Amino acid sequence: MTDSKTRGVLGDKDFHELCRKRNLVTITLTIVSLLVYFGFIFLIAFGHDLMAHKISESVTLGIPVGIGVIVVSWLLTGIYVYWANREYDTLVERVKDKVNNS
Amino acid sequence: MTETTLGQTNLLAVFFFLLFVAATLVITYWAARRTRTTSEFYAADRSISGFQNGLALSGDYMSAASFLGIAGLVALRGYDGLIYSVGFLVGWPIVLFLIAEPLRNLGKYTFSDVVAFRLKQRPIKAAAATGSIITVLLYLIAQMVGAGTLVQLMFGMPYEVAVVAVGSLMIAYVLFGGMLATTWVQIIKAVLLLGAATLLVILTLARFGFSYGALFGSASALYGDGFLEPGGLVSNPVDAISLGLALVFGTAGLPHILMRFYTVPNAKEARKSVFYATGFIGYFYILTFTIGFGAAVLVGQEIILSIDQGGNMAAPLLAEALGGSIFLGFLAAVAFATILAVVAGLTLAGASALSHDLYVGVYRNNVSAEKEEVRVAKTSTLVLGILAIVLGIVFKNQNVAFMVGLAFAVAASANFPSLLLSIIWRGFTTAGAVVSSLTGLFLATALIILSPTVWVDILNNPEPIFPLGNPALVSMTAAFAVGIIISLLTRERQAEARFDEEKLRTYVGIGAE
Repeated sequence: MTDSKTRGVLGDKDFHELCRKRNLVTITLTIVSLLVYFGFIFLIAFGHDLMAHKISESVTLGIPVGIGVIVVSWLLTGIYVYWANREYDTLVERVKDKVNNS
Repeated sequence: MTETTLGQTNLLAVFFFLLFVAATLVITYWAARRTRTTSEFYAADRSISGFQNGLALSGDYMSAASFLGIAGLVALRGYDGLIYSVGFLVGWPIVLFLIAEPLRNLGKYTFSDVVAFRLKQRPIKAAAATGSIITVLLYLIAQMVGAGTLVQLMFGMPYEVAVVAVGSLMIAYVLFGGMLATTWVQIIKAVLLLGAATLLVILTLARFGFSYGALFGSASALYGDGFLEPGGLVSNPVDAISLGLALVFGTAGLPHILMRFYTVPNAKEARKSVFYATGFIGYFYILTFTIGFGAAVLVGQEIILSIDQGGNMAAPLLAEALGGSIFLGFLAAVAFATILAVVAGLTLAGASALSHDLYVGVYRNNVSAEKEEVRVAKTSTLVLGILAIVLGIVFKNQNVAFMVGLAFAVAASANFPSLLLSIIWRGFTTAGAVVSSLTGLFLATALIILSPTVWVDILNNPEPIFPLGNPALVSMTAAFAVGIIISLLTRERQAEARFDEEKLRTYVGIGAE
């Protein structure tokens, strides 16, 4: 690809939009997944009584919370893939078309 | 249960294992005819689908150590085992959000391709390959020693024989079948492991009327309420955060995991493969948690401890209690297959760092004929495989548990910071990247030697010099800080100019291999 083409795309509105959206989504999701995990560690370190609280006859709150961290982490990857497959890829195709036609 | 056949030669285990070996060798033979070019050897000609790669990633990541070790930890310590499982999963979303797609779009075969994209090839590749090889070797030693011990415990086979058998098979897969054979070994192993663990959980829950409440109830009746609560594992929060950082960001710096993203045709498939992998691995850890509780109740801690102090035989003993020697044999064979799939992936990643990064990137300054590179890659495989066997035997009876923690710490400190900064920051320079990797590598290694894990537990000193069990909090932070400071001090205009091209490729994939 020639430099002029690169420069053309880099100034393009759609390309800016695409970068901005991807950064927003990935940074938000990264922060959320770190908060979920380190929140869990924090609860174990400082919320022992809460985690040991029985939510039924023989299940402590800590068990669904721990399993929940695993499930939520997976759901976050699902949210990202859903977003990327639908919205991000459409923007990528649009930018690619522009590059090919310029 | 009063007695076990564990440790005796189980003919069924041998039969299942030979069946697995025969099937994988047939695949290797088939793959060998499709493994001639570098793209075929390192990346299975980018022919693996997202779903297949998701299975292979989980097969690459779920080690026998984590299966048997975490089930054992849960059986002995109850809830605390879950904290470990969670830690080993949470790196995967980070791999997806920050690394997988840019890596696929920017690189060719190794993660150092990405770091070297607009920086100076030789110094970058030398530094990044060092980080890769150290990570791979640490992980490989831990796996080989684990393999020897486990096979000895399960089959009654001598340690050295087990290590040589594992080493020879992994060399055969990688040497002849390259990434294609390695991928299919990992896929088969993932299916077998997930299937065996699922069956074990179903049989366990059947004993409790398919009620988790009844299972947990029996466990707390036997071992007290504390078994269902966080215990002493996270007594020091700073320690827990440091280990957490190593696990979260180390996953995004493991060369054998990163390499797998080059086996799919494009960034979209790379993206999908992480979603599948995270699902499989998460499901697996939830199963392992249940298996640990099942073993604690149905086998009992006393018997588990009498076979192995580390509790590693909890899952096999549970299989025997529920399905007799047939199920025990099957599970033992699956554990063996699990080890093989992980060490094959590691060997391939190590060989590619030696051949693609060091030989071609550094020694030949990135000019190499296709045939020559494949030959060097195969020689590297052989060298690394033999080295792994030798190290496996040298480290017999040594406490190598810290090596996995160190491998994650090195990955998080030496590999991850320079990889991430090279993708996101225009001002990142060659000097910044090299000093960052070396700082991370040196600090992670030095601090773990001075930590309670090595200084006290292995070298038998009374007090640790460095207080944290895992050094990532310090070593990773330092690697980022040094990478940023050195880059600010050494502007590299050529690299800055090429950032636009890199950015277009990162986000859109134009020009990707």
